[in-house]
Amino acid sequence: MAGQYDVVVIGSGPGGYVAAIRASQLGLKAAVVERDALGGICLNWGCIPTKALLRSAEIYETLHRLDEYGLKAEKVSFDAEAVVTRSRNVAAQLSNGVKFLMKKNKIDVVEGTGRLAGEGKVAVETKDGKTSEIAAKNIILATGARARVLPGLEPDGKTIWTYREAMVPKAIPKSLIVIGSGAIGIEFASFYRAFGAEVTVVEVLDRILPVEDEEISKEAARAFKKRGIRILTGTKIEKTEVSGNGVKMTVTVGGKSETLEAEKVISAVGIVGNVENIGLEKAGVKVEKTHVVVNEWLETGVKGIYAIGDLAGPPWLAHKASHEGILAVERIAGVKGLHAIDPRRIPGCTYSTPQVASIGLTEAKAKERGYEVKVGRFPFRANGKAIALGETEGFVKTVFDAKTGELLGAHMIGAEVTELIQGYGVAMTLESTEAELMQAVFPHPTLSEMMGEAVLDAYGRVLHT
Amino acid sequence: MSVEILMPALSPTMEEGTLAKWHVKEGDEVKSGDVIAEIETDKATMEVEAVDEGRIGKLLVAEGTEGVAVNKPIAILLEEGESATDVKAPEKTKTPERPKSVEKVAAPESPKAETKKEQKSAPSEPANGKGERVFASPLARRIAAQQGIDLAAVAGSGPRGRIVKADLEGAPKGMPEKEVASAAATAPLPGIDPRAFYEQGTYEEVPLDGMRKTIARRLTQSMQEIPHFYLTIDCELDELLVARKKLNEEAGEGVKLSVNDFLIRAAALALMKVPDANVSFAGNALLKHKSADIGIAVALDGGLITPIVRSAEKKGLAEISEEAKSLAARARDKKLKPSEYEGGSFSISNLGMFGIKHFTGVINPPQAAILAVGKGEERPVVKNGKLEIANVMTVTMSCDHRAIDGALGARFLEAFKAYVEYPARMLM
Repeated sequence: MAGQYDVVVIGSGPGGYVAAIRASQLGLKAAVVERDALGGICLNWGCIPTKALLRSAEIYETLHRLDEYGLKAEKVSFDAEAVVTRSRNVAAQLSNGVKFLMKKNKIDVVEGTGRLAGEGKVAVETKDGKTSEIAAKNIILATGARARVLPGLEPDGKTIWTYREAMVPKAIPKSLIVIGSGAIGIEFASFYRAFGAEVTVVEVLDRILPVEDEEISKEAARAFKKRGIRILTGTKIEKTEVSGNGVKMTVTVGGKSETLEAEKVISAVGIVGNVENIGLEKAGVKVEKTHVVVNEWLETGVKGIYAIGDLAGPPWLAHKASHEGILAVERIAGVKGLHAIDPRRIPGCTYSTPQVASIGLTEAKAKERGYEVKVGRFPFRANGKAIALGETEGFVKTVFDAKTGELLGAHMIGAEVTELIQGYGVAMTLESTEAELMQAVFPHPTLSEMMGEAVLDAYGRVLHT
Repeated sequence: MSVEILMPALSPTMEEGTLAKWHVKEGDEVKSGDVIAEIETDKATMEVEAVDEGRIGKLLVAEGTEGVAVNKPIAILLEEGESATDVKAPEKTKTPERPKSVEKVAAPESPKAETKKEQKSAPSEPANGKGERVFASPLARRIAAQQGIDLAAVAGSGPRGRIVKADLEGAPKGMPEKEVASAAATAPLPGIDPRAFYEQGTYEEVPLDGMRKTIARRLTQSMQEIPHFYLTIDCELDELLVARKKLNEEAGEGVKLSVNDFLIRAAALALMKVPDANVSFAGNALLKHKSADIGIAVALDGGLITPIVRSAEKKGLAEISEEAKSLAARARDKKLKPSEYEGGSFSISNLGMFGIKHFTGVINPPQAAILAVGKGEERPVVKNGKLEIANVMTVTMSCDHRAIDGALGARFLEAFKAYVEYPARMLM
């Protein structure tokens, strides 16, 4: 670790390690500082291991409707421990992959907790309490975020869980209350329900998946209720009592008080940035609420210090963090012709059953911003491939600016939509109008045909409904 | 027998042109219909096709040569069995007969020209001043077309300089038209060389291109020969703006009427109502035109051109709008046919989008009048002794006094104002 680095990244999540790779590609000498496992929350305790769990849940759920496909299986069962082990192995495999990528790109990995230590310096404290300093021309803060804690609902690791405990259950609880109906809450609700838990989702706002289009929230609520998930929206938690065998929670729904009982509670009420103990105050880096304030180029205002990913504020998405990491490094390297990230072109995915994916403005937001909109919809039940797959739940919705034909937003719910949304993402990035989308040939038979149809529908030209 | 390929006359007024580019080299086989060269005239760049089959024996004029006279031999075409040594030096002069071996290629939209492989970009793609393709996203193209933004003048910030939507913010909107009056004389004042007044190296000397030479020559001639006089009138726009909004709301995809489209139609109808103002001065006669062919001044990189909406009095607003848009786009691509910008009986030049309140135009001969349109803006007006606010635009007509007298010009403007202020009359 001799000499000076061009870029030192604190945190090796999808923001940090990608930033380091890009720096290396641009000929900059880079290092990442990581206190835990390479890959951060995303690879180890977030996106990836939950997708492994949800894949098990999806297969298990399908096993229960094998007769629909003319198949038979007896004594279908599961081994919760093995499901979790598989998830952990997937995470470990990917963390190793990051290690390999660091080596391949000649990026130094510094183990320990990093913090700002004066201009051009990062102090790294190892687990044994020793502190060393490394010199950096530029520092990228990518320390990520952690679960937000509601007062009175402090996670105890036993009865009240965060995502972290929820990801490694010893057994599937008989009953479960999920607080919060964002992507994380809904994914866990979906996972545990698939394995037979009685799940109640408690949401303070008037609908689940509140950042999604209203029609998506409505369809999602319908689909989850059908699967036996109880959904309480507009619900306030009054009191939580933890006892030996579970939790008693008093809530108010529509002015009426109700007591919920469950074995476990998962608190998924958002996240807060890891802004503490990294020397922000002393360095003069501005913090607002729980995230670092940055401009569109991820600059903190303090020379040579950048912040990316969850630490730099919402949307809390791994792919947003990666792109910010790339942009910050390219800014450092003086790459010409950079474009700031347009938050409207960042897709968001929820891997519940059914899946939810979206990009851009919801219909309501578009109208709020003064757009005159054209809206198209196409249901799974009218798509040949969906029928063949036996996945006829859900729909695709498009929102266009009536004046210019700009695709303002796309919203999907149903099987595999998380793999489809990028098509609209590419179209939006290329600034396609409805004309180019209508020209695009979608292969038959695929679920993607619905994307073409939802565009046609917005212009009164839908073919198959 | 070898055949001389002659410099073609691409328009009735063309006397000379620039041989901008050869598409063939000596020894190339050509078939009838192959594009062999590009000729830049004073107003447009045109492609020249071979009419006969054969082999190019010799190129007589180098690429980039300016001022090549019409009918001067530019190349020798050999027939089968001939060699370059059979080629005799061409005769110096030729009688101005119609060139035999070339024909002018019409505009790119003719199906024949579209099949040419030289036709690299689609006609709808705007080009920058150098005729290169402009890269822009589909959305940026559409917004530019809707708002009359000249993409060639926009710097792209996307990958490889591609123009994206965000680049259009702050770009000058409205059909970018420039006033005719800015031209300089073909020669500086006798005996005075401007270079004498400025130290060497304090300026960059930019040679005039064909277009600038033409502007300089024709507008100097116009100001020197045509006795101009000017009439100014204010027109209230409130009803027109309401009508435009309603029509645009009801119109189908792709139709967006501009205020200028209304003005074109109003001028055409006013010329029909006051036909004596629809004239050209022809020395020993006045030519009274039967249709209202309205020129619209379009600014280009380094110049301007005035393509013409023919028989505008017979065309509805949507048709005028579409035609004006298409003409302006092709003007910027330098793809107009001479027949699309020559002649006409009246011109409109609009600088309103630049905030200009009032200006005067130089008449574009053989026309006898030009209307200079200023910015439509809210102004205080007195109505029945009360102060009110109205959207008002000031227009100034330059008239050729040899053909149009003051009272006649005033009658035309009165009729024009009536159509503009009560646009429903345009329906009658």
